[in-house]
Amino acid sequence: MHAITYESPKSLAQALSLLSATGEKGRLLAGGTDLLIQMRAGVRKPEQLIDAKSIPELQVLSFNSQDGLRVGAAVPCCRLIEDPAVRQHYPGLVEAAGLIGSVQIQSRCSLGGNLCNGSPAADTTPALIALGAVCHVASSKGTRTVAVEDFVVSPGRTVLQADELLVEFRIPAPKPHSADCYQRFIPRNEMDIAVVGVGAAVTLNGDTCTAARISLGAVAPTPLFAKEAGASLVGKPLNESTIAAAAALAQQIAVPITDMRGTAEYRKHMVGVLTRRVLTTAAERARAK
Amino acid sequence: MEVQEHKFKVIGTRPIRHDGVDKVTGRAKYGADISLPGMLHGRVLRSPHAHARIKSIDTSAALALPGVKAVLTSEDFPKLAAGVVAMGELPMNPRYLSMNLMAQDKVLYDGHAVAAVAATSSHIAEEAVKLIKVEYELLPHVQNVLDAMKDNAPILLPELRTSGTPEKSDKETNIASQLRFARGDLEAGFKAAAVVVEHEFDTAMVHQGYIEPHNAVAQYNTDGQTTIWTSTQGAFTARDQCALALDIPASSIKVVPAEIGGGFGGKIGIYLEPLALLLSKKTGKPVKLIMSRADVLRATGPTSGSHIRVKMGANKAGKITAAQVWMAYEAGAFPGSPVGAGCMTALAPYDLENLQIDGFDVLVNKPKTAAYRAPGSTNAAMGTETVVDELAEKLGIDPLEFRRINGAKEGTAQPAGPKFPRIGFLETVEAIKNSPHYQSPQPKSGKGKLKGRGVASGFWFNAGFQSSATVNINTDGTASVVTGSTDIGGTRASCAMIAAEVLGLKAEEVHPVVADTESIGHTDMTGGSRVTFATGYAVYEAAQDAVNQLKQRAATLWKAKPEEVVYQDGAVSRTTNGNESMTLKELAGKLPRAGGPVAGRASVNPRGVGPAFATHVVDVEVDPETGKVEILRYTATQDVGKAVHPSYVEGQMQGAVAQGVGWALNEEYFYDEKGTLRNAGFLDYRMPTCLDLPMIETILVEVPNPGHPIGVRGVGEVPIIPPPAAIANAIYRAVGVRMTELPMSPPRLCKAIAEKSAKK
Repeated sequence: MHAITYESPKSLAQALSLLSATGEKGRLLAGGTDLLIQMRAGVRKPEQLIDAKSIPELQVLSFNSQDGLRVGAAVPCCRLIEDPAVRQHYPGLVEAAGLIGSVQIQSRCSLGGNLCNGSPAADTTPALIALGAVCHVASSKGTRTVAVEDFVVSPGRTVLQADELLVEFRIPAPKPHSADCYQRFIPRNEMDIAVVGVGAAVTLNGDTCTAARISLGAVAPTPLFAKEAGASLVGKPLNESTIAAAAALAQQIAVPITDMRGTAEYRKHMVGVLTRRVLTTAAERARAK
Repeated sequence: MEVQEHKFKVIGTRPIRHDGVDKVTGRAKYGADISLPGMLHGRVLRSPHAHARIKSIDTSAALALPGVKAVLTSEDFPKLAAGVVAMGELPMNPRYLSMNLMAQDKVLYDGHAVAAVAATSSHIAEEAVKLIKVEYELLPHVQNVLDAMKDNAPILLPELRTSGTPEKSDKETNIASQLRFARGDLEAGFKAAAVVVEHEFDTAMVHQGYIEPHNAVAQYNTDGQTTIWTSTQGAFTARDQCALALDIPASSIKVVPAEIGGGFGGKIGIYLEPLALLLSKKTGKPVKLIMSRADVLRATGPTSGSHIRVKMGANKAGKITAAQVWMAYEAGAFPGSPVGAGCMTALAPYDLENLQIDGFDVLVNKPKTAAYRAPGSTNAAMGTETVVDELAEKLGIDPLEFRRINGAKEGTAQPAGPKFPRIGFLETVEAIKNSPHYQSPQPKSGKGKLKGRGVASGFWFNAGFQSSATVNINTDGTASVVTGSTDIGGTRASCAMIAAEVLGLKAEEVHPVVADTESIGHTDMTGGSRVTFATGYAVYEAAQDAVNQLKQRAATLWKAKPEEVVYQDGAVSRTTNGNESMTLKELAGKLPRAGGPVAGRASVNPRGVGPAFATHVVDVEVDPETGKVEILRYTATQDVGKAVHPSYVEGQMQGAVAQGVGWALNEEYFYDEKGTLRNAGFLDYRMPTCLDLPMIETILVEVPNPGHPIGVRGVGEVPIIPPPAAIANAIYRAVGVRMTELPMSPPRLCKAIAEKSAKK
């Protein structure tokens, strides 16, 4: 029989020393909303579970207008969703977190777990990419930072080494007249995985767009940062034609597959539809600020 | 038979269901809750291939694993001859039944059982099945019904020959049977038409989606008697099938029905019961088998995908002049799709002079299909009701008016021949026409959101079959009702209410019990919407029997003749030789001195089955950019005969519409090119959630069934038939596209809308 040990470290140092001892055989457990299902299905077979929920550094949630937002990797999405500062400054991130699973799932799942699971269809990953979020990673040897768009390397695999853990996300403070938005498409209205997900964050100066980041989920082996699509908007007004042009650029980098969630052709089409929709909404939000 | 509705005191009310407290407190015992001392846990090894020859099975490593007590393969099953055995009214082929329970020399679908183990824990059993080495020789597979009918198609069962052909053929084939209904002059009928509409339809294989996975616990005794606990739609049917598959006497098996977490037809057949029995026999211990959700989707249920061609013509007055339907249904790996029922129900709502319906039962490398709520007719109605809608549209006639012009009524000949008794189809059309929903303005399309309204109708025969019931009078003057019918839709309540009505008791004073196969007379399965009709009939007769005995007992006490005693409103009285009366409570206390206890009994096989008709209306909103459909409003109406407990009748209608919406919009078996099922879970097998459905409005039309003492018609099945066609018709009104493929999922609808705008 497959035996599993469980540890619940109370400090980051303790967690890092456990990780360096177990190596590949250990697995961090946050909400467990992906991991436990994968273990039951035999997809992942860790020998040691290291519960991340009692590590104080992974439960940080703070915002100030200078440094922006810090979100510990194991903060449950429900805390994020209910936080007034997050709701005010990062509505797209709130939208993404509020789409994961169901209300029950959101009381357990976390941004860190969503990213470390390495799924190309994770809802919060494109929202984080659009916001330019950076991952702070630690091991017993030291710390490093990784941009969210560089974190996932293939389905289910990330840049994390066996002895490393994701501590927190840092998200820049929003500039004046900036806003984000995330939308995904699912055939039903809940309890589903994105067929396509698109995030966008824009900054306006008057009518002119001064910065824009667009990100795509579920249309490639990893979440994508659609850099050219966002860059195409800089220096231009956000109107129907500039938005359509950006959406067309986003479609160009999508390399979706056909599976039970949708055809490649449909996913490509939906990248266009959702990119137009999130840019329109993000622009409306930025203008209203 | 006279139906005296005005006299009902309990029938038609809405008491709290008798099994409600157990269910909401979690106390009800489902199959998975059964646990016995020393019980072993089993696990089934299933084929990863759609079609392959089994070259060898090596179980030695599994047997060597500590904790493993037994391994089972097809070697442990008796080799049975092909042939058809009548089981109740359901034909069964023992050889195919056995081959489906455990693959013999070939696996025929992804998920086909190959071996099973029993071990001291479910974890060990899980490890053990992975240690069984099966050597396969892969064979080409076929999963599309039209491909399977081709001459050069891979053959699933080399022994199979088509039945029902005009000339006998000795050719290898996947077509198990074919049938035809025809009358009138088709050619003349189409010539007389002002408008002819023709379409081809494809519908996907779908699963019943019951929440509770299949389960069985078996305990074999050294005296050769076995007890099986299982959630099944029919304890007797499960027993008879086990006996057939294992070639042992039915009387050597007792089946104890557990509480059931849904079935919809999918828990009439057996999958685990004989395996648990054989493993228990091998080990001498009780053995429990429970399926995972993936097992359920890969190896049980589903109902047929199909290819259907419909051609219909109508004259300027809106009268249908000719109708032709051709349908091929996926049987799965063994014969037995519901194509016959599809053929018989497809055009049944209409009075037709000229028609031809052809049906084909076709083997494909997918799980053997099982019954699913009005089996066969939802597929068929998707075709015929869409074409009816287009005929009405092209003639400029309101779709409900078109049904009024053509609708079947008492005396109309069904496509299969027999004439309808008193039916309420036109009453359902009228009820929809007058409904607040249909009377409300057509939904208005807004910017980017297109809306439309559609209607469709459906017909289902309903079933009779055999039922038994006992009504026991308790010492305190209350009663218990014992039946052998699994309660899948509130039938405990309806049976108790029928007994209460006859006995003059309150519904709460009658306690309903579902008994095992040794505690009640033979009762066929819960299926065909038959329990409140047929078991309710038995309960009615058993309660009358109890009343007659009570009258006799009172006569004994009063030294009167039984015919001088009247039973009314829960009391006996006599008017001759002075006025005497006694309540049932008083009489019950005196029974020991009046001839002894009272137990009314009845066993019936009623023939007066009342067919059911339904007409539905739906408003949808389509996002033309994504192809996603939102159900805005839904109203279902149905001729329910007499609603014994209206809330549970409404619940049946709402549940069936929910399933119909899933079938229409998202549910489908998704196989990859290797023939592996890719969505064997509720994440990607998309049934609607509560957020995908509006409150489904219901209108009960009560045209009493003259063949039943209370006027009951079956109600559970017919409401699943109209939804896909009604939604397709609503989508057409919204976006101008006639969808001919189920499910009408966002990618498909999006593509159809794009193709339509490209043509402009």
